[in-house]
Amino acid sequence: MTEAILFMLGIGGVCGLALSYASKIFYVYEDPRIAKVETNLAGANCGGCGYAGCSGAAQAVVKGEAPPSVCVISSPEGVAKVAEVMGLEAGTAESQQAYSLCDGGIRATNKYHYLGVTSCKAMSVVFGGQRDCHVGCLGLGDCVKACKFGALTMGKPGFPVVDENMCVGCGACNKACPKDIIQVKTMSEKLLKFNQKSDPLAPCSQTCPAEIDIPQYISHIKNRDYLAAVQTIRLRNPLLLSCGRVCPHPCENDCRRGIADEAVSINQLKRFAADYEMNSGSRVPIKCAPDSGKKVAVIGGGPAGLSCAYFLRRVGHQVTIFEAMPKLGGMLRYGIPEYRLPKKVLEWEIEGITKLGIETHTNAKLGLDFGLDSLVASGYDAIFIGIGAWKDHGLGIPGDDLKGCFNGIKFLSTISSLVSAGDVSIREKMNLGKRAAVIGGGNTAVDCARTMLRLGLEKVYMVYRRTRKEMPANEVEIVASEHEGIEFVFLAAPSRVVGNEAGEVTHLEYLKMELGEPDASGRRRPVPVKGSETLLAVDTIVTAIGQAPDPSFVEKTSKRISELNITRWSTIDNDPTTLQSSIPYIFTAGDAATGPALVVDAIGSGRRAARSIDLFLKGKKIEPVKDSLQKKRIEESVFKTISGVQTIKRAVMPELPVNRRLDSFVEVDLVLPEEQALAEADRCLSCCRICYNPDKKSA
Amino acid sequence: MGDYFVLAISCIFVNNILLAQFLGNCPFLGTSKKMETATGMAMAVVFVLVLAGVITWITDTYLLKPLNIEFLRTLSFILIIASLVQFVEMFLKKSMPALYAGLGIFLPLITTNCAVMGVCLININEEYTFMQSVVSSFSYAVGFGLALVLFAGIRERIIIARVPKPLQDTSIGLVTAGMIALSFFAFKGMV
Repeated sequence: MTEAILFMLGIGGVCGLALSYASKIFYVYEDPRIAKVETNLAGANCGGCGYAGCSGAAQAVVKGEAPPSVCVISSPEGVAKVAEVMGLEAGTAESQQAYSLCDGGIRATNKYHYLGVTSCKAMSVVFGGQRDCHVGCLGLGDCVKACKFGALTMGKPGFPVVDENMCVGCGACNKACPKDIIQVKTMSEKLLKFNQKSDPLAPCSQTCPAEIDIPQYISHIKNRDYLAAVQTIRLRNPLLLSCGRVCPHPCENDCRRGIADEAVSINQLKRFAADYEMNSGSRVPIKCAPDSGKKVAVIGGGPAGLSCAYFLRRVGHQVTIFEAMPKLGGMLRYGIPEYRLPKKVLEWEIEGITKLGIETHTNAKLGLDFGLDSLVASGYDAIFIGIGAWKDHGLGIPGDDLKGCFNGIKFLSTISSLVSAGDVSIREKMNLGKRAAVIGGGNTAVDCARTMLRLGLEKVYMVYRRTRKEMPANEVEIVASEHEGIEFVFLAAPSRVVGNEAGEVTHLEYLKMELGEPDASGRRRPVPVKGSETLLAVDTIVTAIGQAPDPSFVEKTSKRISELNITRWSTIDNDPTTLQSSIPYIFTAGDAATGPALVVDAIGSGRRAARSIDLFLKGKKIEPVKDSLQKKRIEESVFKTISGVQTIKRAVMPELPVNRRLDSFVEVDLVLPEEQALAEADRCLSCCRICYNPDKKSA
Repeated sequence: MGDYFVLAISCIFVNNILLAQFLGNCPFLGTSKKMETATGMAMAVVFVLVLAGVITWITDTYLLKPLNIEFLRTLSFILIIASLVQFVEMFLKKSMPALYAGLGIFLPLITTNCAVMGVCLININEEYTFMQSVVSSFSYAVGFGLALVLFAGIRERIIIARVPKPLQDTSIGLVTAGMIALSFFAFKGMV
């Protein structure tokens, strides 16, 4: 007996000694906070957090990969203690939420029949599942079974529905889903998500330069939840009031309904939702992520700058906007006339963005009032340049410097400032006379012409060297200017400006043209007809034949900024996928990077820049979005014909009658009334990648 | 040499620790849902079992038997195996972080694995020599790994089969295990 006791004591002692020595010899340094954090977790090793047990979660917290609230069953005090160990405030990291990507569900057609299969995982193993659509939800609810918190149900339409109050963001559903249809993301990750080739996207969302989830917001409008629609749009586009008015809506060209019927009036619906919020008198609150402690300088307060600033602010960075003009808005304010986008509306919209806590400095021009070195010295971690394209191309013909010759953007911005200052005698002040010619066929030219009509000029000509068919301006704009009485002089190339002794413009001389062979852009090249010089009697000539960015700040400031590469089109050179310039901490987007483009392009690229800047600030590698769609179409979602669509007339945009338009700058396009907006929303087929809801009556 | 070969074959196939002796069923069912985990577990078992077999044989031959306290065998083996696994875990963490990352989460599972304990006791009961215990420990571990990997392969395919509801998951797993065991009985006449 004694032997036995001694033996057990001995062997216990040997084991104990060996282990204690071993623990000393084989000691590996571990952050002491890991142990401290672990004691404050629940200790159930339930795996609800998505890490390998509580110690895995503790390691993730210390590494900063998981928030103090990582433990899904820990009490608020526990979370506070973990946060204390980490020296953070409780809840500093953003919470995650699950959401479903598929909008198809059971409406998608089936390719196969499976018998006795009870899980999505099993089904996806055999030919990827029964659905026609290879990305869509399989509907057997592996995610529902995986959810330990009862936050998921398999909805009636055949895809999972998330109860946001129950979801703790553990990610078990995402792991269970063989199709990646249910994803767990923080708000920041959702805000900076870009369309990928494998996403279930409707044709309109594929084409939208801002990548708005269009079917989603239209379905909110259908359900009369207009503010939810506004929130959906704001995930991608902070300038919805402006875009709802001025966007030439490339999305509508790809609307699936447009194949059999007329396209849904998507932009009108956006404007309806946006105006609803503005007219409701209160703003939908916008959530921002906890402060990251990083500072970004955004140079240029136009659509690209505002968009970039908005997204950076929402993901938690401190943003300061520097604007050269007296007010924010860029081309939206100074390039788009009052009758298309009232300043009051723009003001309300910009206020909503700056109210998120964005500091603004106006009348501060890069290279003049501040430089790159002063920004770096003030502690900005990254810089965004979105200075737009404000330099007008000159006409380059004899006499183009006479009194009465103006350049498009300069002209519009001068008038814009005067109009908002309440000036009523602009025509006299600027000495515009009675007859004017606008040279060019783009939107700026149309804006100049329509603006001059409103200033009281009697006759406004638009001189364009090709024909109406080739005009790059939006069709609606051209139609509106025809209604308002602008006279078009097509196939005319200005050759000389004729002036009197006082140096004032009296005539524009132009050569008649005829269309020749198509050029690189596919448009037929105009060729002058010899000896066809014609004189047009005008007092004012406005040239609007294109713009470019003004990169003159590069010469004016430090040596460092001279390393910024400028292309031969005066745009700032960047990596087109990440928008990073030749100086790593400078990012650039909008017209400054691409040359003149749409407002919605600037908004989309501002968000893309925000994503890269966010990665840069977090010290991660700036990689382009994998399989990024970039406005291209997903091939399988392009249809030639569609069935089950009845012809229902598209809502007609209400406009101010012509006789009431011309004596003022009152907004011409009006918002759809509610019933019409609802009827228009009902026309939407709620498309996804390849499935859609056919019209009920014919189905 | 021929004897060792026969012993190895007998341990791997005929007396397979999982399918013939039905030891170590918890990891057999627990870690066989995915091929990855199954192979990880198999490697960890081979590693620990050889070490445990050697040390327990030495303890038994040079301590328990001379002192006539064989009745403490089970108790002392538990202690030794548990300490050994802890030791191995620490050692790997320090000197072979890569291997630790691969086997790490399986090591604690083995602490209380009856297959390890069983093999150590079999080695003693069969009165194997030192070399024989080494070969038998290694072969039993390989047999464990073989059965586990086979089973994981089958389970990965079972999910696409039409399994009646009451038999799903673990139930069908046990039925399958029974059938593999039956087929392993065919090795009975070999040795």
